Amino acid sequence: MNISVLAYKKRLQQLQPLIALFLLCLVIAIFSDRFLSMTNLWNVMRQISVNICISVGMTLVIISAGIDLSVGSILAFAGAVTASFLSMGAEIPVFGVYLSVTPVGAILIGILMGGALGWINGWVITYFRVQPFVATLAMLTIARGLTMLWTQGYPISSLGDDFAGLGTGWFLGVPIPVWIAAAVTALAVFVMKKTRFGRYIYAIGGNERAARLSGIKVNRVKTLVYVLSGMLAAVGGILVTSRLDSAQPNAGEGYELDAIAAVVIGGTSLSGGRGLIMGTVLGAVIIGVLNNGLVLLGVSPFWQQVVKGTVILIAVIIDRSQHKDKK
Amino acid sequence: MVVSLKNISKTFNGVYALRDVSIDFPAGKVVALIGENGAGKSTLMNILSGVYPDYEGELLYKGKSVRFQRPRDAQDQGIAIIHQELNLIPHLSVVENIFLGRELVTTWGALDRTEMKAIAKKLLARLKLTLNLDAPVSQLKVGECQLIEIAKALLVESDVVIMDEPTSAISESEVYALYDIIRDLKASGTTVIYISHKMKEIFTLADEYVVLRDGQLVRQGQIAEVDEQQLVNMMVGRALGERTKCPCRTTEEKVLQVHNLSLTHPEKDAMLLDQVSFALCKGEILGIFGLMGAGRTELLETLFGLRGKPALGDFTFDGEGTPFFSSPNEALRCGLALVPEDRKSDGLVLGMDVRSNLSLSVLSSLETLGVLADVQEKELCQQYVDRLRIKAANDQQQVGSLSGGNQQKVVLAKYLATHPKVLMLDEPTRGIDVYAKGEIYDLIREQATAGLGVIVVSSELPELFAIADRLLVMCDGRITQEFKTEEATEEAILQAALPDK
Repeated sequence: MNISVLAYKKRLQQLQPLIALFLLCLVIAIFSDRFLSMTNLWNVMRQISVNICISVGMTLVIISAGIDLSVGSILAFAGAVTASFLSMGAEIPVFGVYLSVTPVGAILIGILMGGALGWINGWVITYFRVQPFVATLAMLTIARGLTMLWTQGYPISSLGDDFAGLGTGWFLGVPIPVWIAAAVTALAVFVMKKTRFGRYIYAIGGNERAARLSGIKVNRVKTLVYVLSGMLAAVGGILVTSRLDSAQPNAGEGYELDAIAAVVIGGTSLSGGRGLIMGTVLGAVIIGVLNNGLVLLGVSPFWQQVVKGTVILIAVIIDRSQHKDKK
Repeated sequence: MVVSLKNISKTFNGVYALRDVSIDFPAGKVVALIGENGAGKSTLMNILSGVYPDYEGELLYKGKSVRFQRPRDAQDQGIAIIHQELNLIPHLSVVENIFLGRELVTTWGALDRTEMKAIAKKLLARLKLTLNLDAPVSQLKVGECQLIEIAKALLVESDVVIMDEPTSAISESEVYALYDIIRDLKASGTTVIYISHKMKEIFTLADEYVVLRDGQLVRQGQIAEVDEQQLVNMMVGRALGERTKCPCRTTEEKVLQVHNLSLTHPEKDAMLLDQVSFALCKGEILGIFGLMGAGRTELLETLFGLRGKPALGDFTFDGEGTPFFSSPNEALRCGLALVPEDRKSDGLVLGMDVRSNLSLSVLSSLETLGVLADVQEKELCQQYVDRLRIKAANDQQQVGSLSGGNQQKVVLAKYLATHPKVLMLDEPTRGIDVYAKGEIYDLIREQATAGLGVIVVSSELPELFAIADRLLVMCDGRITQEFKTEEATEEAILQAALPDK
């Protein structure tokens, strides 16, 4: 086998998820005439946007050889915080003073909250050397509890047309959430490919000790990765809240699993050091299309889960067999 | 012939690792298998021990044609291998590791711990090693782990024992224990295939030699009929020029001074470093010798800021008194670099390419407005690839697929790129072939000539004699003696390195 054949084979491998997606669309389109309607496609894209935001953050975490199980709960908490600032007429009592909070302000506060919870994840993981799985599992519960406390278990609704426009509106013929997901993706691709921070994430995931010995401030980079994951989960939470015009206390339950699934289908190794943002985005699209297709084809919800799980397994097995020679 | 290889070939991704190799291994002999890194020694041994079942050619074992499908097949038929890479499970105990996969059970099916412990104790006694058998392997030193690998292989009676650089991490006295074991094995009719770069060991132990180069057999013959120079020439395929040492130290300006450095053991009530004081001049190569556990690595790690906890003592670097560095980041920024001992676990990110590894410690200088400059990174990489003569297909080759010598050069390049004032190297040529060794010595000298202070820690005396201007000998965390290299003798150094009884 010469070099060009190898390169060709490699390119073919990279195209595989795309081919899979194409075949998936083809099958669904054959059995359902509604699938290819613009309304449905835009709707699917709108839904996928949220998972893309979360999954991009998850990709950074997983490339750094970590995991973040708390994204679903952080999503709900950030959504609730933003919603509460909006619904109280954009005014809050602080020492008896009324500060007005614009929708932009409320969104920023929500994102900061997500970042803060992410920072706690990072701090616990780096400072106390708690395994990421355990630390973020704890945060999954804590953030969900905080959301319940914040909302007292009731949805926060009627958030104003401006805010609802974020999740339901259009810009240049494309849903706004899709623009946001695209921006997040582009930024993440840039960071991973073109910045020191991105390179450090790969290095830490590949060999943390070697990274440290190369003068990389490993703890700082890792903490920042969890902060970003929290912030992106918050962005997802704000999109969900805006689309429903309501913050649900149980929003985002199980979203961490969809995000991890997207990352894995996208070919990122759970042991760290290897993976691509675009792979994850493709993974998220495949999951979204699959979800939509199963509904359109009238598959029972119980079977939907079985099918989804099977797809994840097949994706990982194919990926494994391709990287076997590298161990 | 106990083992005969007939026309063995093996390719990886279309590249020949072995090409048409035929070798006979006679029973009851010690056969030295030598060759540069990448010559195909490990591949050959992996075929013989069942790691690679897919190859071309035929393997005759005790006269019968066999093809081992997995390592266990080879083991069961009496071929044991001691890998150069450690294959121990860190949190299992010494006994559990030795018996892994071959646990003894009582009639009730429970693990027979007493019996296993007794056998393990006997095995370790043969290796002249006393250890807490219940301690997890992670608490042991590299050298001790290597001895446990050897014990593991000795557990089963074998007709063929393959040893892949068994002495790369063990101390002189442990080497002698190993020699005895090899002689025992030979006396009982076992064939030992001994892979090593160390000529002294080869001439002490081996009956026959087999030289491989670029995946092909160069020659097989009786060790009594060749000398060292001939073997080296066969390995490299070209005559090596005599490398003479030039004491190029010209300045008396001190670049690094350590006074009364002490470090306590994090768990035990013992001193890892005890009142260590020394100074290093610009352009000087200082060699540090010591047996395992003498505190050499601890000394380098403390200076490099890896030990975290503040050490006691005074430190002067580049003319300024400062506290000891608290992190590698700080050390590198101030101009102190450490090329770590274990390139695979500490030196490289194996999954990344040559370029990314090389630039990892200097990425901040390759940024413009927060964006990495590809062109500059490429140039930097090319510059070091040329200067250090790193052999890679291109700078995007995965660093894990390079030979040991080239991997070591990449690590060296990574730290040289930080433009250090002092360069510390821990076992800089461990597991590297003769030719690459010479190249690395040249590089170290070149750096010293350019004014760097260099500290080389090594457990190979010839290495230190070859490059160091001055030698410090450590034992039990203390510096026991200092020598000028030209005045030092091997005996005097070993005397200083041995703990008082």
